[in-house]
Amino acid sequence: MAPVFFFIAALGAIAGAIGVVVLRHPLYSVLSLVFHLLSLAALFLLLRAEFVAAAQVVVYAGAVMVLYVFVVAYVGGTQEPVDLPGGARARLLSFGVVGLLLVELLIATLGSGLSAVGEEGAAYEPGFGSPAQIGELLLTDFLLAFEVSSFLLLIAAVGAVVLARRRGGVDDGEVEGRISVAQLLAPEGLGSMAESVSGRSGVTDEPEGRG
Amino acid sequence: MAIGWYLAVSVIIFCIGLSGVLVRRNPLVILLCLELMLNAANLALIAFSRMHGNGDGQIFAIIVMVVAACEVTVGLGLIVAIYRRKLPIDVDELKALNG
Repeated sequence: MAPVFFFIAALGAIAGAIGVVVLRHPLYSVLSLVFHLLSLAALFLLLRAEFVAAAQVVVYAGAVMVLYVFVVAYVGGTQEPVDLPGGARARLLSFGVVGLLLVELLIATLGSGLSAVGEEGAAYEPGFGSPAQIGELLLTDFLLAFEVSSFLLLIAAVGAVVLARRRGGVDDGEVEGRISVAQLLAPEGLGSMAESVSGRSGVTDEPEGRG
Repeated sequence: MAIGWYLAVSVIIFCIGLSGVLVRRNPLVILLCLELMLNAANLALIAFSRMHGNGDGQIFAIIVMVVAACEVTVGLGLIVAIYRRKLPIDVDELKALNG
């Protein structure tokens, strides 16, 4: 039964990946990536990595993809032009590079002398890939990586806020509509020469409500 | 299933992601294709973890997911900042590296 599940999940993952690249609208690409991630979680389950599969579905397909959908909705999906600036030659070149890399990686992984690659893998022990094992490894052998990744998350959060906040100096379009408290408190006309030249004063020429 | 099948799927997904990075021009889609490549690496790590019956590869995969989340956060912040400045969201148009 496992080979059937493997081929279904693998075809789903590859189809989702192709959809991300081929679909023109970014929102459809995001949805295709969600499908890809769910198929990949099924592959992780087949590899007995229960906790990673659950984290994949909750963190990736849940939280990160919601972030993507929000940004696509904010920026607006732009239908990008199909042609590359370099024309068909650049596209052919990039696909050629990718094809060569595919052949090379397949030789490196499958054609290598790794005898264990063709096998089923180590015998399954109960508790492999469970949250208990992952937690124990994270808090003993990989404690430094765990702590450093928490710092990395903090830095990334601060960086995202700094990057995406509104800046005062940038002509934003939205900033111009705002007025500050100082403008409200200041008197409208100061009685200077410049005001009389430009015809601006604190007293309006025409009383309101006449027209 | 032999481990080699999982590695083959991982290699194929990695190459699809790379072709997307090379061909597409929307930075949002390029970030999505980077996710594809990171996920392919995750699949290979977990396949090796299963092959050796050792949980270390799964820890690697989780750390890769953390790094990917950070990359997404900063990348999407950049895209929002580009949009705020009313610049074209196209990696071919964004050539000038000046503030």
